[in-house]
Amino acid sequence: MKELQTQSGGAGAGTLIRLDRVTKTYDLGEVQVHALRGISLEIQRGEFVAIMGASGSGKSTLMNILGCLDRPTSGRYFLDGVDVSGMSKEELARIRNRKLGFVFQHFNLLARTSALENVELPTVYAGVPPEERTRRAREALERVGLGERAEHHPSQLSGGQQQRVAIARALVNNPQIVLADEPTGNLDSRTSVEIMEILQRLNEEQELTVVIVTHETDIAHYAKRAIEFRDGRVRRDQVIEKRLVAHEVLASLPTREEMDAEEETEAKV
Amino acid sequence: MDFLNIFRIALRALARNKMRSALTMLGIIIGVGAVIATVSIGQGAEYLVQQGIQSMGTNAVFISAGSGRPGGARMGFWAVKSLTLDDLQAILREVPLVREAAPAVVSRSQVVYQNQNWNTGVLGTTPNYFEIRAWPVQAGSVFSQEEVEYAANVCVLGTTVANYLFPNESPIGKTIRIGTLPFRVTGVLESKGQSVMGDDQDDRIFAPFTTVQKKIAGITWIQFINASAVTQEASVAAVRPITQLLRERHHIRAGEDDDFFVRTQSEVADLADQTSQVMTLLLGSIASVSLFVGGIGIMNIMLVSVTERTREIGVRMAVGATPADVQNQFLVEAVTLSMLGGVMGIAAGLAGSALISSFLKWPTLISGKAIIIAALFSAGVGVFFGYYPAHKAARLDPIEALRHE
Repeated sequence: MKELQTQSGGAGAGTLIRLDRVTKTYDLGEVQVHALRGISLEIQRGEFVAIMGASGSGKSTLMNILGCLDRPTSGRYFLDGVDVSGMSKEELARIRNRKLGFVFQHFNLLARTSALENVELPTVYAGVPPEERTRRAREALERVGLGERAEHHPSQLSGGQQQRVAIARALVNNPQIVLADEPTGNLDSRTSVEIMEILQRLNEEQELTVVIVTHETDIAHYAKRAIEFRDGRVRRDQVIEKRLVAHEVLASLPTREEMDAEEETEAKV
Repeated sequence: MDFLNIFRIALRALARNKMRSALTMLGIIIGVGAVIATVSIGQGAEYLVQQGIQSMGTNAVFISAGSGRPGGARMGFWAVKSLTLDDLQAILREVPLVREAAPAVVSRSQVVYQNQNWNTGVLGTTPNYFEIRAWPVQAGSVFSQEEVEYAANVCVLGTTVANYLFPNESPIGKTIRIGTLPFRVTGVLESKGQSVMGDDQDDRIFAPFTTVQKKIAGITWIQFINASAVTQEASVAAVRPITQLLRERHHIRAGEDDDFFVRTQSEVADLADQTSQVMTLLLGSIASVSLFVGGIGIMNIMLVSVTERTREIGVRMAVGATPADVQNQFLVEAVTLSMLGGVMGIAAGLAGSALISSFLKWPTLISGKAIIIAALFSAGVGVFFGYYPAHKAARLDPIEALRHE
């Protein structure tokens, strides 16, 4: 068990995220819900962290705070050396736009909008000129292997492809961190591994910091470090020992064609 | 985010729900169209009234015999024998604001030409009557002052009379019968159409007043004086001196009622103007109620849209849209709806007024001012009714919005 507790305000050169005794309390009239009870932790540049825990453990709350979608009730949150805990909505929107990339369980792509335009969305709010937007969006789609499907609408794409579009969207503004909230929650096991393969590759090759929230232990095993939450506290923070490598796992799994063939024989029987 | 981008997003969002956008716009189209159509009809009416009044001569002063005061034994205006040719000459002599004056004696008679006959008014006057009323002949000429002096049996026809009596030939030089007397036709007047009061001004025969006095009506007094002042302002200013002069001449003591009326054309014009302006305003305000209702339609549909697209708003916020970005997006959408509706409404209003003027033969005046006001107003409706839904969207919590089903 490895507790990361830094009392001083100065962040290390490699420290990307530093939480200092962060609490979050929801005031529901008579009841006060303590979703986070003083979290202190650091995440270094280039880490691949899986945040785990049962529902109600505070992992989603933490994710919202890390994603600058919510502000802590007390304590401080330094992102890339900057204290973001007291920022206004406008400033937080800017931070989300420039430094963070989101991947959601339900993909959250805009319907009836092409993959390319979905990926362009963050660049629109960053004020990137139109030609540059398209160029960057195409590049991001290439990186997730969907260059061919830029004009497709979400309804014409499979779940896995939609999630890859979402990853491309998260990458398009060259963020410091990709935050993924149950990114495989709506996908079958092979597609899940494919998504993890992309995240691992981005993490390895581009030293992109990845934080995922998951309740699936096997998905957490693709990360380098796992932080487990319970009742608003960090219960365990450890390095993953037997780390899974997605492209090796993929090689061992039956291919889609083999699965289809299997299904067909079953159907015939 | 730049405006062009917001506008593009708005257009696309509206295009996604074509039917809904079209129906919402219809409210604005009807509103703006109704405002423009009613205002142009109202202004057409104003123009019509003004034209009618001007056709009587803008400097005209009209003096008639009879009491204008209500109550007591009020006598009809021709029953009073108070106005004479001497009064007319006294006015011309002593009121310098009056440039010209023509007497008028009216009677009704059966007129006959060969197998055609018609019952019409005969107005006895002097040749300057036609100048005062700015009423030229279309054929022949009016009778002369000389013919007035020796009470000649000559006459000038209004076009309605001319059409009834002479359907197929020129009346000039022909002899018609008025009552039992033969009259030679010297001219036919231009058509003047309906008066402000609605009677046909062309349904009349004009003859020397001396002839009408002696040979048709059998009277020695006159019934009206049609005078013309030097300017339009002078026509109003002349009312007092004329009244004073006539009271003196008629020996009316202080406190007693006049036995004549003096009216000016500008009084009538002002009154008519006011009436038609009130009408235009009334019609316009009724029409603008429908524009208001159209605005409520926009607000309604924008609220629905914000609810439907809560998740989209959440996604946009998550990837970096600020509250202001979201607000602008919905505001521009509402304004685009109302502006497009406004433009189509202007077209509808123009088409509507063209249709009305062609069916009712009623002139419609399309004022550029009304169009500009309607366009600005429709944009204003978009901002006003779009603000609340847009504000609501901007205030959404991104976490809640993302979780929204």
